[in-house]
Amino acid sequence: MTSGTELLPAPRGGTGTDGRRFGALRLFGGKAKGSEEAAKRVQFSSPYLPYLFLAPQLAIIFVFFYWPSIQAIQSSFYLEDPFGFGSTFVGMTNYTDVLKSGEYLGIARFTAIFTTLVTFFALSIGLLLAVKADGVIRGNATYKTLLIWVYAIAPPVAGLIGMMFFDQHIGPIVELARWFGWDIKVGLNYFDTAFSMIVVSVWKQIPYNFIFFLSGLQGIPVAVREAAAMDCRSGFRRFWTVILPLLAPTAFFLLIINVTYALFDTFGVIDVMVKDKAANNPITLVYKVYMDGFRGNDLGGSSAQSVILMLIVFVLTIFQFRFIERRVHYN
Amino acid sequence: MFKKISLTAITLAFSATSSLAATNITWWHGMAGRNGEVINEISQKFNEAQSACALTPVSKGTYEEALASGIAAFRSGEQPNILQVFDAGAATIINAKGAVVPAEDLIIKAGHSFDRNAFIDGVRYFYADSEGKFVGMPFNSSAPIMYINDEALKKAGVEAPKTWEEFEAAAPKLKAAGYIPLVQSQLTWQFTENFFSRNNIQFATNNNGYDSVADTKLKVTDPNLVMMFDKLKAWKDEGYFAFYGAGWNDNQKVFEEGKAAFWIGSSGSFGGLQKTAQMPFSATFLPYWNAIEGAGTNSFIGGAALFAMSGKSDEENKCVADFFQFLTSPEIQYFYHKATGYVAITKAAYELAQKDGYYKEKPVAEVGIKQLMLPAGDWSKGYRLGFYPQIREIMEREYGRIFSGETTVKDAFDTIEKEGNDLLARFAKTAG
Repeated sequence: MTSGTELLPAPRGGTGTDGRRFGALRLFGGKAKGSEEAAKRVQFSSPYLPYLFLAPQLAIIFVFFYWPSIQAIQSSFYLEDPFGFGSTFVGMTNYTDVLKSGEYLGIARFTAIFTTLVTFFALSIGLLLAVKADGVIRGNATYKTLLIWVYAIAPPVAGLIGMMFFDQHIGPIVELARWFGWDIKVGLNYFDTAFSMIVVSVWKQIPYNFIFFLSGLQGIPVAVREAAAMDCRSGFRRFWTVILPLLAPTAFFLLIINVTYALFDTFGVIDVMVKDKAANNPITLVYKVYMDGFRGNDLGGSSAQSVILMLIVFVLTIFQFRFIERRVHYN
Repeated sequence: MFKKISLTAITLAFSATSSLAATNITWWHGMAGRNGEVINEISQKFNEAQSACALTPVSKGTYEEALASGIAAFRSGEQPNILQVFDAGAATIINAKGAVVPAEDLIIKAGHSFDRNAFIDGVRYFYADSEGKFVGMPFNSSAPIMYINDEALKKAGVEAPKTWEEFEAAAPKLKAAGYIPLVQSQLTWQFTENFFSRNNIQFATNNNGYDSVADTKLKVTDPNLVMMFDKLKAWKDEGYFAFYGAGWNDNQKVFEEGKAAFWIGSSGSFGGLQKTAQMPFSATFLPYWNAIEGAGTNSFIGGAALFAMSGKSDEENKCVADFFQFLTSPEIQYFYHKATGYVAITKAAYELAQKDGYYKEKPVAEVGIKQLMLPAGDWSKGYRLGFYPQIREIMEREYGRIFSGETTVKDAFDTIEKEGNDLLARFAKTAG
């Protein structure tokens, strides 16, 4: 390997375990490891060349991520007429208005509950199905395909299908629940709408988790499983003490993906299930940003809300990497 | 349908290129389905009728999306010549001084004459400024009317009510006959905004917001409005009224299936209802309260208007004015009225439809326009309130809570008034 890509060295054999995660860091931290690696590293002839190679990627990140973020932060301090004729600097007013609103805090509370439940159920059901499918010997391709195909459905379509299942007039799940004396009224009853939103969102995400868990399971060496089987007869205990820790890197990755999914990507499901009219139905913070910004044309207020969301995601990410990832063993 | 749309698109494209000297103008709208096709047909008629201008209509999704894209385009200097804006968004665009050229000015500048009295009463004020000058050109106009399940009335042996008092008297019989006496599809438009106009009650200070944005306050804690919702809640508890949430169709469906006796819908629902209703139906005016003094005035229009965006050349503005003239001609209005179910907005078009015998054939089509032509009151012209789409969302939320028992009617209106006034104050700051 003598090309420029060696800038981020790949882990080699058993020594480079850390590199899989922090390949980039080894540029700095790898020095102590001796001259063997340093000798292999190819230097660029000009110090500016690497920046040139990075430029397209950086430009995309800047234009599509940083620039809008900066604009959002800026306009969150202003009250603006939608057509852009006048804007008044109002300091933190947009933030205090939002944070003082009991309605907003209620939505935030629901978002937290929603995200927790969706993440928990999507992960645990996905894992359960993966473990079971991994054990299937006959016709396992059929099982797997049946479990995976749902992932190919776009969120709004999933919302539509879900809405039909939960329709007040013709929904089969509503009919079923009526048998048990539960009259589900989506769009009318807060709890019922929340319930159906969670069910549809979880259903939509299970196949994704299933694929990753399954490939994670198949990556566990047979030798390890056999050794574990000799030491311990309880399959359940083997799963907890051997298989699950080995799946931890996959699970951690999926945890982050699922939290982001529940926070942001469920927008389509929610939009379809509340049929464009939030009314007294539960909604998440992202939907509130959309309602105030795109429907209500309150740019300052919705910018403040999206900055708050950015901060939440920022804090969550730091938390996940600092506290949860420490417990994950990568090899 | 796709074939039809692409055909229209192709013909439009050709008619646009065939006249090289033609001035191109664009029209962004928020209509889909059949209503969107009718817009393409009207544009085609306009392009065929003259050669100086070529109009291209572009669908931008829903009303809200059309307004949002119009705003975004305006900010980057890419605005269309004509933007369709719905009733609740009217304050947003009219209060942004300089975003639009008032339709009336545009038409007069282009050398046409403009007569405000040519328009029917319910249409004249909603998109006009406080002096009555047309800022937007009313386009698709509808009124909330009451649809009647004829079978249900016959079976229960009752007459269609004119007032809510009469409804209260008929409801037990309808319930006994096995029907849900009343359903409705939009509590904000039908039981709030038009409650104020039909019963001639003030909705907000500053002349319902028309005079100024500064210090405008809602008056939704009005005892009559509170009474209306107390009644609705009581009717729901007694089984005289059923509520299926804020979604329009969930409520309409019950009527279509013949399970409900009365449904408050839009005059524009007529076209669709002809296909979906499983029983014979008729329609009448939105009821009012006999007990309220001065009630029974006209309702104002729902729907949307067309706005000529500023920052365009005189040539293009002339074309827009020509198109507005074309659009309000009796023939086109009558065509639009028949094709969509929206009401005709000029008196001449209404007379043409009468003369043609359209209402003999389809009496339901006349109900909306007749309701708009009822005598006007001080408070039946409409409202001009900023951030109104969000105020509607607050109402929808609180109304939902009333019927799910999470709040009382009184508390709900206190909340709406408080949060609504906060929004109005915020809007006054953005417009000031």
